[in-house]
Amino acid sequence: MFPFSFEWVWDMGHIVFHGGLWYALSILGMGMTYCIIKAVYDTVKSKDGGHGSGHH
Amino acid sequence: MDSALIPNGVKRCSIGQFAVWIAINGAILLWGVWALLLIYFKGLNQTNMTNAYGFALWIWADLAVIALGGGAFFTGLLRYIIGKDELKHIINYAVLIGFVCYSSALLILAIDVGQPLRAWFIFWHANVHSMLTEVAFCLTCYFGVLTIEYIPLILENRQLNRVPFFHHLAHNMHHIMALFAATGAFLSFFHQGSLGGVTGVLYGRPFGFRTGLLVWPWTFFLYTWSAAACGPCFTIFITRITEMATGKKLVKDNVIDLLAKIAGWMLATYMVAKIIDTWYWAAVTAPSMGFTLMDFYSNNPGSAYGIWILIAEILVCGVLPAVLLLMPSLRRNPSVLFAAVTLAVLGACLNRWVMVLQMQAAPVLSFEPWFTYFPSWQEVATTILPVAYGVILISLSYRYLPIFPQEPELNPIEGGK
Repeated sequence: MFPFSFEWVWDMGHIVFHGGLWYALSILGMGMTYCIIKAVYDTVKSKDGGHGSGHH
Repeated sequence: MDSALIPNGVKRCSIGQFAVWIAINGAILLWGVWALLLIYFKGLNQTNMTNAYGFALWIWADLAVIALGGGAFFTGLLRYIIGKDELKHIINYAVLIGFVCYSSALLILAIDVGQPLRAWFIFWHANVHSMLTEVAFCLTCYFGVLTIEYIPLILENRQLNRVPFFHHLAHNMHHIMALFAATGAFLSFFHQGSLGGVTGVLYGRPFGFRTGLLVWPWTFFLYTWSAAACGPCFTIFITRITEMATGKKLVKDNVIDLLAKIAGWMLATYMVAKIIDTWYWAAVTAPSMGFTLMDFYSNNPGSAYGIWILIAEILVCGVLPAVLLLMPSLRRNPSVLFAAVTLAVLGACLNRWVMVLQMQAAPVLSFEPWFTYFPSWQEVATTILPVAYGVILISLSYRYLPIFPQEPELNPIEGGK
């Protein structure tokens, strides 16, 4: 799973399989991080008297 | 008692009736949990699996629910990437059904692994030459996608949505849902395909073995295709069952009609590919390995795997529903539509059944008999367990979450809000 695992080999199989896995995990992780940070920002902004993200 | 949690503008049964319904399904669920504990504590000797049947009822159930759960990724693809906006009225339910299917598949796999404490090995010590590794990666990642798609629905509960952070979080997640949906479609394409690929690469099993393209046998593409065709049919099927159970119309006809039409085209094109694949396998692939078509469909106990099963899969549960779904006058008749989606769902289940169980039952060597298998009650109970779990989760979600956006409009409440 990681290059520091003892059985890791820098070959096409490992790069494609794990590259795909980490690609998908990165998108999901970054997407959720963005949503959470923006939700915190919007919440603080709306408490400060603003209108949040302006939806609804 | 729980009226504060029920979405605005809809009516639900009393909490007493609901509690009885949940208790009945909870009892079935507990029966499954009892069997699960027996298997965990006593081991796989609680099953009727043998050396001939390393894959059994669980793997069939896994493959079937994953195929039927394909409605979530395909409806998401149509809604968010292709831009079929009408499907926004059914996407919530498709996601919920997908979530139930995939969590059930993971639950069954957790039982089937046999050494659950080592389940993480498949990630940590991955065998990059195995299609099942790809399945494990994509399945767990896609379950993550479905969870991400389900969370905003939970946060839209009347009480949770009052919390500003949850309200903003749900809104932001909806805002970039296309990104998650695209990732889900990418993951689904590969794990649906690899599940088919597992059978297709078994060159020692002529019933399942297929030629293909590069490293992918044709079953790789057929499994993805059939999931995209039958998944939406399962979404329509469960929607209709929910409408019957609640006595309400929950989704407008034009939404169902659009999804049914797309499913019909997918099913029709899948059947063309499936028929060509079957013909090539029967005429070229199997004979090259010393088998005729009828070797796979004769002389088995009770004709359990007679030629009828091929006719049922391809003609009755494939071509027939495709024709019914493609003809507007027929698919707009509610009874015909329900029959068509039921047949399509049965077809997907039957396809997975033969590719998992008949593949192992058919003798390979000339002196071998057909291998027979009948699941133990523990296997049956643990396969029914996810059904009870699914009914409970769908019931809770229907009661407390705004799953069907068109429900208030289709079922106005006099004097209520």
